[in-house]
Amino acid sequence: MALIKDIGYFLDETGSMAKFTGYLFSHGLRPRFEVKELLAQCYTIGYKSFPLIGLTGFIMGLVLTMQLRPSLVSYGVQSELPVMVGIAIVREIGPVITALIFAGKIGSSIGAELGSMKVTEQIDAMEVSGTNPYKYLVATRVLATTLMLPVLTILGDAISLFGAYIGVNLGSVTSLHFFFTQVFQSLSFSDILPAITKTFFFGFAVGIIGCYKGFNSSKGTQGVGISANSAVVLSSVLIFIIDLLAVQFTNLLGLN
Amino acid sequence: MATIAKSDLGPEDKVAKGAPVITIEHLFKRFGKNVVLKDFNLTVHQEENVVVLGKSGAGKSVLIKCIIGLLKPDSGKILVFGVNVPDLSPDDLDRVRTKIGFLFQANALYDSMTVRENLEFPLRRHWINLTQQEVNQMVLEALENVGLKNTVDMMPSELSGGMLKRVALARTLILKPEIILYDEPTTGLDPVTAREIDNLILKLQKKYHTSSIVISHDMNCVKNIADRVILLLDGMCYADGTYEELENSSDEKIKQFFEP
Repeated sequence: MALIKDIGYFLDETGSMAKFTGYLFSHGLRPRFEVKELLAQCYTIGYKSFPLIGLTGFIMGLVLTMQLRPSLVSYGVQSELPVMVGIAIVREIGPVITALIFAGKIGSSIGAELGSMKVTEQIDAMEVSGTNPYKYLVATRVLATTLMLPVLTILGDAISLFGAYIGVNLGSVTSLHFFFTQVFQSLSFSDILPAITKTFFFGFAVGIIGCYKGFNSSKGTQGVGISANSAVVLSSVLIFIIDLLAVQFTNLLGLN
Repeated sequence: MATIAKSDLGPEDKVAKGAPVITIEHLFKRFGKNVVLKDFNLTVHQEENVVVLGKSGAGKSVLIKCIIGLLKPDSGKILVFGVNVPDLSPDDLDRVRTKIGFLFQANALYDSMTVRENLEFPLRRHWINLTQQEVNQMVLEALENVGLKNTVDMMPSELSGGMLKRVALARTLILKPEIILYDEPTTGLDPVTAREIDNLILKLQKKYHTSSIVISHDMNCVKNIADRVILLLDGMCYADGTYEELENSSDEKIKQFFEP
């Protein structure tokens, strides 16, 4: 009985979310556009997330290299370390880890902010003052997350590769030029394009789920906490699902 | 200072004193199995203050949220200046909303914005041709009306409960609405501040010739500002009269609201 109830809840939530997304496309993305708010959100979501993404990217590149080195040494292919790390970071680890950190920081922030606005009737006040909250709050945030995550991923990948370069130099001496030449020689267009394309979808998922959870926050501060938490959990799960679909899709297109 | 003609706000002309501005006919609203409004009828006239009394959960806030279009009724008519609100398209609804002010119970000031930005927000959306100087003048005039000109660059978190209510009132009034809906304007305030808010509501009503629906539990507030009192009971308009008429009623259900 509980299982049926859970399935019913899941289907209900999926339907509501699809309706919310549909409403965003039909009403939220029409003129007049809230350009000033969009730029403000790009600054908050993009620029202010950069230090965290940069730091975690650097550590990730460094640790990944340090962990890979012993295995490669045992097979006598340590010279392939830059190639392996480069492909791993650019194709998979960079986009996914950046998106997960982004979901943790931005998804929770959007969920909590809009949830708090919902329970304090600020969203109603906005509607009453003749402003469509889907345009002002949802469209701007979803666009900002969709546009900023690919940028952050590219920057995160670059910092992560620099971390990998430091990692490589902990065990041997390699020049920066040689390291990056090896990395870029091993990468092709079909490695970079799908990896960056999927981050647009990751960004969209983080934005729309944060907004949906915030907009549907129940009354009270507990509801705000639940919205923030479920926004992170759900968008993290969705990032993996999108990643899985992206791999299947690129396989079908012969890009792997 | 820019003069903004009322005709800029919509197609309707200024309504004569005493003419109906809000007419509610056979309004029904339910949430699941809970029927909140059941064949509710009400008429509010120009420059009239109508106070809606009722127990918690009686549907008072639902009623004014239906009037402003935040909730859609299940059936019935809500005519505001002769236009049926539930039938309006989003754009037309926005146009009607410029004529209706709404003071939220919890003030609903945008806490990420300063007082100035809170007041500028509706102005920037409806009167897009205003210069910055005109906007500044209107913001300061609105704050002066509520006696809080000095708070213009403060954040809502820096203000007391009474000041927040006044700023919210200033934001409500900045578009010069013809109808104001107050959702429990004195709830949570001390008696002195509550009296100040009552006086402010009356002063601004006289100045701008507005009509109001006030939701309140505060009997002092009801006594001070009501031209007419409506008792909302079981989803219907149970009683309708002046404060004195209802206070002197022998009906037990009405009397319980006036007992000290």
